[in-house]
Amino acid sequence: MRAPDLLRLAAASLFRAPLRSAMMLLAMAIGVAAVVVLTSLGEGARRYVTGEFRALGTDLLIVLPGRSETTGVQPGLFAGETPRDLTLDDARALLRIPDIERIAPLVVGSAPVSSAGRSREVPIIGTNSEFLAVRNLSMGQGAFLPPGDIDRDQAVCVIGSKVRSELFPERPAVGASVRIGDRRFRVIGVLGDSGRAVGLDLQELVIIPVGSAQQVFDTESLFRILVQARDEDAMPRVRTAVLAAIKDRHQGEEDVTVITQDAVLATFERIFTALTLTLAGIASISLAVAGILIMNVMLVAVSQRTAEVGLLKALGARGRQITALFLAEAVLLSLAGALAGLLVGGAANGLIGRMYPALPVGAPAWAVVLAVAIAVASGVVFGLMPARRAARLDPVAALAGRR
Amino acid sequence: MIELEGIHRHFQVGDQLVRALDDVSLRIGGGEYVSIMGPSGSGKSTLLNVIGLLDRPTGGRYVLDGRETTSLDDDELAGVRAHKIGFIFQSFHLVPRLTAFENVELPMVLAGQPPAERRRRAEAVLGSLSLTDRAHHRPDQLSGGQRQRVAIARAMVMRPTVLLADEPTGNLDHASGAEVLDALESLNDGGIILLVVTHDDEVAARSSRHIRMRDGRVVEDVHGRGGG
Repeated sequence: MRAPDLLRLAAASLFRAPLRSAMMLLAMAIGVAAVVVLTSLGEGARRYVTGEFRALGTDLLIVLPGRSETTGVQPGLFAGETPRDLTLDDARALLRIPDIERIAPLVVGSAPVSSAGRSREVPIIGTNSEFLAVRNLSMGQGAFLPPGDIDRDQAVCVIGSKVRSELFPERPAVGASVRIGDRRFRVIGVLGDSGRAVGLDLQELVIIPVGSAQQVFDTESLFRILVQARDEDAMPRVRTAVLAAIKDRHQGEEDVTVITQDAVLATFERIFTALTLTLAGIASISLAVAGILIMNVMLVAVSQRTAEVGLLKALGARGRQITALFLAEAVLLSLAGALAGLLVGGAANGLIGRMYPALPVGAPAWAVVLAVAIAVASGVVFGLMPARRAARLDPVAALAGRR
Repeated sequence: MIELEGIHRHFQVGDQLVRALDDVSLRIGGGEYVSIMGPSGSGKSTLLNVIGLLDRPTGGRYVLDGRETTSLDDDELAGVRAHKIGFIFQSFHLVPRLTAFENVELPMVLAGQPPAERRRRAEAVLGSLSLTDRAHHRPDQLSGGQRQRVAIARAMVMRPTVLLADEPTGNLDHASGAEVLDALESLNDGGIILLVVTHDDEVAARSSRHIRMRDGRVVEDVHGRGGG
């Protein structure tokens, strides 16, 4: 028998019993959709969490003043000595290290921001033009801080979208001036909402040049220096070089801490991958249940079509051909169910994605392949027994409608 | 040419041995038109099934067109059935979800013939049985006589040497039954062996050889039209 004929006959049988076929299809579709949606949720959670950390940058080193661990008392260090501050000169020194892509010094504080009688207390970040790229931020309107030397003191600022709507409810913000502390700044841009940064509310933020921030807060020291390496491979070299450069500038004392995200990130990756696999396993059980349902329904189909099997034998069908016919029905059904399940799962994912835009939903490719493979495999495994039972029917009894 | 020698077909039903066929020997030559009569349980349907290779005899020798069949395995039997034997059933046994054309095509599909060849032969056979305009009707859209003619077309499409009909007119009114017998007889005129199992004397009377069975044995075997 030719393969197209086999499929055509099997499909004709399925359409002849639409309700039964629809039920089996539904069961298989639910199973596949469950795999798709659950793995997509697990994967989405993983991507969300790692994405949050990645937003800080896997190629990012954060230099902060002070040592977080002690390695014994160093000569010349006496109790109570405060570590040296990080300064803009330190940041400038780091710029000479090869493999460093960008450096963004940070000064953080809080100050009242006012315009035309409206005022509110807002976190202020003093930084340079590189901050935009280092933190993957986007602009809503206008431009970010202009590039130039890192200690350039310009009276310009970039504000978050919520700050904009509160201070400038009715007039354009870009070009207007605001008072921060006792200095005036011209608004040159409004941040977009799309960037991510753990621990920072981007909507409620004012960014000013680092030199200006030092004057507003009357400080010489930096809160952090963000260092972006050229790529992840350069991280260990950059880390060593950063420590050496600061040590060199701080009279031989290694009094800063350098943090990277990759260790934390790797742990989260492992946890969430395990979670996704668990969900996939649970969902696969429903596929097996659907397979058992297929076996049940195929057994009924075989007994309902006993006379037909007898007829096929009378017409010269071999046992293998009859097995193939019933097996093709089971496989076609489970395949159709799997495809329907992919559609339903995809639609559900789309819905979840719309309800929770922050969650990057989308089933991983391996889960889609796994779901379809298990669906088809269960069609074969659970379809085989009924199909062989059909093939073994005694033709004389089968033709008489007996089994 | 059908040659049966000392054919036995015994069933074990509970602790009782049923001799459905008990030492049956027959020779049926090409082009013969044979009717088989007998009371229920006389073994006539079993005889038909054994000749049609659906049932294996428990003893004896069966040679079909010079080929010993008793030693063939199931797949080989299926192959012989496909090419040498056509079945006509009382209840037609058309596949309900397939059109008349597709039903006729079915044996050729099972034999793996290419679609163009199938179409040509199915259309020719349907045409010879005046079913061309019914080709794309499903069985439930056809009358009883038409259904049985579709079944005849299906039995004929592989050009078998033997046509086995088990009560072919049993579910039909007199006029349709006559039509069906006419169709079968015209095939017989073309040289095919026609075996008809029937309860109906009128049907049996049309054949040229009359076999009567009782308790698994042939008790009468008369040549000549109108006998029996």
